[in-house]
Order: sequence, then C-alpha cells, then structure tokens
Amino acid sequence: MSTAPGAVIVLRGIVKRFPGVVANDGIDLEIRRGEIHCLLGENGAGKTTLMRILYGLYQPDAGEILLDGCRVRISSPRAALAHRIGMVHQHFRLVPTLSVEENIILGLDEGTGPFLNLARTRQKIERLAAEYGLAVDPKAKVWQLSVGQQQRVEILKALYRDAHILIMDEPTSVLTPQEVEQLFSTLRNLVDAGLTIVFITHKLDEVMRVSDRVTVLRQGRVVATLPTSATDKASLARLMVGREVVFRLDKARHEPGKRVLEVADLHTVSDRGLPALRGVSFSVDAGEILGIAGVSGNGQRELVEVLTGLRRATRGKVLLAGKEITNRSPREIAEAGVAHVPEERIRMGTVPNLSLRENLILKGYRYPPFCRSFFLNRRASTENACRAIALYQIVAPSDATPAKLLSGGNIQRLVLARELSGSPCLIVAAHPTYGLDVGATEQVRQILLKERERGAAILLTSEDLEEILSVSDRILVLFGGEAMGTLKAEEADLGEIGLMMAGTRQTEGAA
Amino acid sequence: MKGLLPFKVERRAVPSGGMVLLVSLLAIVAALAVAAGLFQAYGVSPVRAYGLIVRGALGSPLGLAETVRRATPLLLCGVGLTIAFRALFWNIGAEGQLLLGAVAATGVGLFSGLPDALLLPAMFLAGFLAGAAWGLVPAILKAKLGLNDVITTLMMNYVAMYLVEWLIHGPWKGTQMRGFAYTDKLPDVARLSFIPGTRTPWLTLALGLALAFVAYILVTRTRQGFEIRVVGENPDAARFAGINQVKTILLVMLVSGGLAGLAGVGEIAGVHGMLRSSGQISMGYGYTAIIVAWLARRNPLAVIATSLFFGVIMAGGDVIKSSLGLPFQLINVFNGLILFFLIGSEVLMRYRVSWSGRRR
Repeated sequence: MSTAPGAVIVLRGIVKRFPGVVANDGIDLEIRRGEIHCLLGENGAGKTTLMRILYGLYQPDAGEILLDGCRVRISSPRAALAHRIGMVHQHFRLVPTLSVEENIILGLDEGTGPFLNLARTRQKIERLAAEYGLAVDPKAKVWQLSVGQQQRVEILKALYRDAHILIMDEPTSVLTPQEVEQLFSTLRNLVDAGLTIVFITHKLDEVMRVSDRVTVLRQGRVVATLPTSATDKASLARLMVGREVVFRLDKARHEPGKRVLEVADLHTVSDRGLPALRGVSFSVDAGEILGIAGVSGNGQRELVEVLTGLRRATRGKVLLAGKEITNRSPREIAEAGVAHVPEERIRMGTVPNLSLRENLILKGYRYPPFCRSFFLNRRASTENACRAIALYQIVAPSDATPAKLLSGGNIQRLVLARELSGSPCLIVAAHPTYGLDVGATEQVRQILLKERERGAAILLTSEDLEEILSVSDRILVLFGGEAMGTLKAEEADLGEIGLMMAGTRQTEGAA
Repeated sequence: MKGLLPFKVERRAVPSGGMVLLVSLLAIVAALAVAAGLFQAYGVSPVRAYGLIVRGALGSPLGLAETVRRATPLLLCGVGLTIAFRALFWNIGAEGQLLLGAVAATGVGLFSGLPDALLLPAMFLAGFLAGAAWGLVPAILKAKLGLNDVITTLMMNYVAMYLVEWLIHGPWKGTQMRGFAYTDKLPDVARLSFIPGTRTPWLTLALGLALAFVAYILVTRTRQGFEIRVVGENPDAARFAGINQVKTILLVMLVSGGLAGLAGVGEIAGVHGMLRSSGQISMGYGYTAIIVAWLARRNPLAVIATSLFFGVIMAGGDVIKSSLGLPFQLINVFNGLILFFLIGSEVLMRYRVSWSGRRR
C-alpha cells in the first residue's frame, strides 16, 4: 500500500475487540498534515475507540500505525505525546481545585529540583494563548471556569506539550452556540499555524462547517472518506446510518388541553447554595410539549429536580392538575403521575448491577402486580420485561442482563419503558437524547410525540436547540434562573432564542 | 516502545458463578500457601500442621462438635453482615453487637426473676434487641449526620468491650467466683441444651441455619430486599426511585445487629454460662464474621459453608496450640491473609488477564 504525500498519520487494518463487540473492524485511515479531519459516526461506530488507540489508551488487537511513514507502537498517552499527538477528551481531565497553570503542567517535569517555576510556565501559557486566541487566566482555579474555558485549558495543555496533532472527542457536546463559534475559530487558527486536527463528532452541521475531509464510520468499519466540499448533509447522513433520516418531525397540531402543570414564582438554590431559580412561572397543558432552552447551568437541572421532588423549592408553588405537590417526596410525586427521564440516565436512572428485569421495576416494585405484600412477584416482572423489550425495542441478550452491559440507547429505552409504563400525566424529560445515536434519538423523539398525542404534558430540557425547536410546542428560555420569555415553536427564530439565552428579555408580549 | 508487562488486563463482562467460586478457592489456597511459610518459620512442617488442623477439627465427633460450636456465632453474625453489606453499610461492629447481646442475656438470666419457662425466650429477645440497638446507633449517625459507618461501628466495639469489663469487675461481679472477674453462673433453666455427647448447643445452630434461609429469601425475593440491593448498588437511583434510604439503613442494621446479638446470647447461654471478659466470650467472632460474609460474596446461604470453614480454622487453632505449642494468634494471621487475598481477587473477577507474546 502506498502512502499519499502529506499523510502525517496512517492507520492500517486496525482491529479492536471488547467482550461481545468488535469496536474497530479493520480500519484504514489517513490523516493529512494541516487538515481538519472529521470522524463521523453514530454512537458505538468506533470513533472514540479508534482515537483512543491513536492516543495510546488502548492497544489494537491487529493493525499498524504509521507516523510520517514510520511504523510506531503507541503504548501510552505519554508515548503519544512524545510523538506530538494530543487529545482533548469529551469529559475533561482537569483537577477542579488547582489553577489553570497547575493543571497545564500536571505530570510534566517543570521547574528546578522539587520546586515549580510557575513564572516561566505562565509566560509560555500566555504566549500560546495569545498566539492561538485562547484567552484564559493562568491563575484562575479550574472550578471557577465555564465549560468553554475549561476546554481551552485542555487545548492549552496539549499545545504546552508541543502537540502537533490534536484529537478532539465530541468537543461541542458541552458548549453553548457562542462557545462553539469560538472553538471553531480557534481550530482554524491552529490549522493555520500548521497543526493537524482530528475532530470526532456525530453532528452533521459541524462536519460541514469545520472540516476539510470527513471519514464516516459505521459499526467499526470505514464507510467512506470524502473531501467535505464534495458532499452534503443528506448524503453523509445516509452513509452514517445506512438509510434515510427524517430531520423534520411530523406532528399533529397541538390541541390545547387541560392545564396539567402550573409553576408559580419558583425559587431554589444550587448545590453550592447559590440562587438557581429566581421566580420562574409557567404552565404546561395536556398534549403539549414545553421545551426549556438555555445554556447549561442556568437553572434547568434545578428546575427538573424541584419538579420531581429531588430538590427543595425555597419559595413558590408547583401544582399538578390543580393539586399542590411542592416539596413532596419523589415517591409521592411519582405516585401523583409524574414520570422522570433523568439527565444522568446511568447514574440515576438505572442500577448498573441489577438485571434489565429488575431495573424495569425500579419504581413499580412496591405496587401490585410486582409485589404481593412482602414478596416480589417474579412472574409479573418477567412478563413486564418481555412487554417492555418488545414495545421499546430494547436490544439485550435476555431480561437477566445487567443494565451496565446495555448500550446508551438501550439504557434510555429501558428508562423510558419504565417511566412511561403508568401512563403518566406529566413527563419531565431531561436531555432525553443526549449522547444517543441518530436512530435512538429519532425513536426517543417519536415516543415523546406519541405520549403527547396520548394527552401527556411534557416538559423537555435539552442542550440541542434543534431538538427543542423540532419537538416542542412552546419554548421557555431560562437565563440565570429566570424565565426570559416563552415563544411558540413555529414562530420561534433561532436568533431571537440565542439572544434570550444570552440574557435578553423577550420584547413583545408572551406567546 | 514496548509494554511494561508481558500481559494485558481487560475488563470482564460479568463473572460467572463458577468463576466466583474458583477465584474464592484460589484466594484460600494462596492464604494457605503463605501461612505454610509461617509454619515453616516456626520449624513445623506445614503439611503436618495442616494435617493436624483438619484431623483435629473434622477427624473425630468431638472435633466436629468443636468446629460447629465455633461456626455457630460466625453463622449468626455472618448472615447479619451479608445483609448490611448488601446495603453497602460497612458494619465492622458485629463484635460489639455480639457482646451487647451477651450482656443483655446475662442481665435477664441473672436478675430478671422471670418464671423459668420464660427465661430463655426473654434472654433471646433481649439479646436481639440489645445487639440491634448497638447497631442502630451508627446507623442513625450515618443516616442523619453522614458519619462514616466504618469508624463508628468499629468504635462501638470498644465501648462494648469496656462495658463488659466494667460490669464484671463492678456491679455484676459474682459472689461465688472467689475474686475472678466473672458474673455468677446462670441458673440451669437459662442454659441451652447440648447436642447429645458434646458441649455444643443445638438451638443457636438451628436458629442460624433457619435465619440464613430467611435472610436469603429476604434479600432475593422481597420488596425490602429489593430496596436494600438498590440502596447498596446505587444510592442515587434509590433516591430517584423514591426509596427511603434512612429506613433501609435502619432496617439492615436492626437485623444485622440483632443477629450478632443472638450470637452473644448463644455464647452466654450455650457455652460460658456467665459473663466474663470480652476476649473469652467472643474470641473475635464479630471480626472473623466479616471475612465469613465476604468469602460468601454477601450471599446469606453461602455463609453456612464459609462459617463452617472458619469453624474448622478456629477449632484447628486449638489443636496447633495444644499439640504443636504454637500461638493461637497464628489463626488471626491466617484469617487476615484470607481477607487480603479475597479483596485482591476481586480484581481477577472484574478483569481478564491474558498473556500476550512479546511483539516486535
């Protein structure tokens, strides 16, 4: 096999197996110097695994890696950095209590003897920051920084180590639209300065906007590598999922129903004791989806927790079908007909070591038919599992499979099957498609729409603005714990929502 | 670049039942092998020492009875501990809970003045309640104030130990005992009968076996058991599901402490017939039971087997003391080794090690 000129990295025949799956199945990939190369694929397509091999976190079971034409073995991230390969992980590897500069030199042999020379470090950081437009205060503690700033620290960390090839694993998943803009311009600066960037994503827009070339992965194999200019979103989507994807959701017109949820002047505090909701009022009707838009950390999480009984309101009222449920226990609120699809579906929504069958009765175990007085009714829970597996298309070897072995999409199907089983009158869905692949995302949205048609009131929080726009009937924008206004989805304009997300109050009267 | 080690460690999906058994047995074999070095250092052939232990503990009806006598308190404490450990409540305090059961049984047996027929049942009830109360103190401290359960349960053991010392030197000091720090002997009606031909009480053994079954049903088949498992496996999901964690923690410690208390009753009414120093009453049953429960992988039914195994070890300790003149404490070293290898072996169950040929 010959190597094209300018290829800085060549991967040949990379195979990586995990118990039960082949994550990478003979992957060939060529990264050229000075390009932004997108790795596109659904969850589980093998993108991250491949990049972890390149970064030395995993060892391939077969295949070879060539850097500048020479065969290398990358045994650890340290070895990868020695080859000037850096990686910015999706979940940052930073120590929150340390300062930016301390984080950057962590693990490096800086300074003289046992002493650090932070002044020199700071100079180098400031030089790099100025050169690439990565403004950040070297002395700030990491926990004080926004997510976007933390990402800059991660990039600086790699640059400080002289990385020439930068792997970015789904870098936009945690950013606001404005921060995404900034990131993209940073990436351009880096490429102009001669760096090479591998960008992992499952978002088509980003591929089109930022990359020079794109490689599509599906089920551990390379489907195609194309110059971005020679393709478009629709064909990339086809390559990625192997079928057509519907981007627009068909939904029936919303018929105004009875008022299900009414929230008046709600206040609460965050984990750190700071005000998180400051007088939020809104309502959701039967058969309506209210989308909550906002940059993360503006009160969405706290709102969801107060509504589901996991956090105490310090002031204000929550009424469910006219009855007050403010500060009731999670159990009482669930019994009143509120379903909760939690943001952290693994940490909260499941018990990883219990079986699929048992996870499906996590809330129902205390009611018939799943229990008879003290005893659990195993037959009832088995039948329930069979029904749920069929109805929600949960893919699992059996109902005895521990939840921890299920994929992200199947865990979310499990959670939905359980939460929606009692025909709840209110569904609080927090980031229900976060991290899911295109197919699972579509299924989850269809399920929510079906519940809406059944007459459930749905409160949806999401960081994916497109999702909010396409699924919701009305959109409430939160900023700094306050409602900036409510818009009808069909009249909503991205620019206006963006302004509201940044703290501008709605101008005309509420929709 | 070459790898640091000639093997790879990978995550394993779910360890199978056979795998768990195999790894547990390996841990025991490893502990036996290291202990063999100790015997060697004492100048005793390990083969001979192990032969003596097995023959002494299992080779004769009397030895067997001694093994069962040692295994009974381990069984009762161990079953209780599996339940606490299922809820991830680290009860290191079975020793103290056992002692409190012993204190309560002695108090009722000597001073209650109850009619003969009621005396033993009252001692068992009091012993259960006293052990449970001792266990509930750290449970409440954890549930309400978030205090670390390992520390509090452990500290409660010392309080229990000194309570016993104070009682036998002070207010409860016997009048018939000629200066020894014992209480008076319990009346005969407050004593448990023995398995014929032995000095091993049968009632506590039967109770332990029955409770192992009950605990197994509780954990695997009931609502409360489900709550216990969810709280132990994922407290966040328990909160999400509306499970009352305070109630669950109190329940497991009520049962766990109560069963240890019953073990204490058995030692008083079945073995000693009086309250004496804590070292004589318990010999570290409450601590050994931690290893018993862990070796049983928190399965109450498996505790029947693991408590018998440690019964053999403890009975064997008497043998090596009397016939080889070695210190009984060697047994504690051995117990420690088993726990060490067991915890080490957890890694083996969660990860797979595969040897890879050195690649160039």
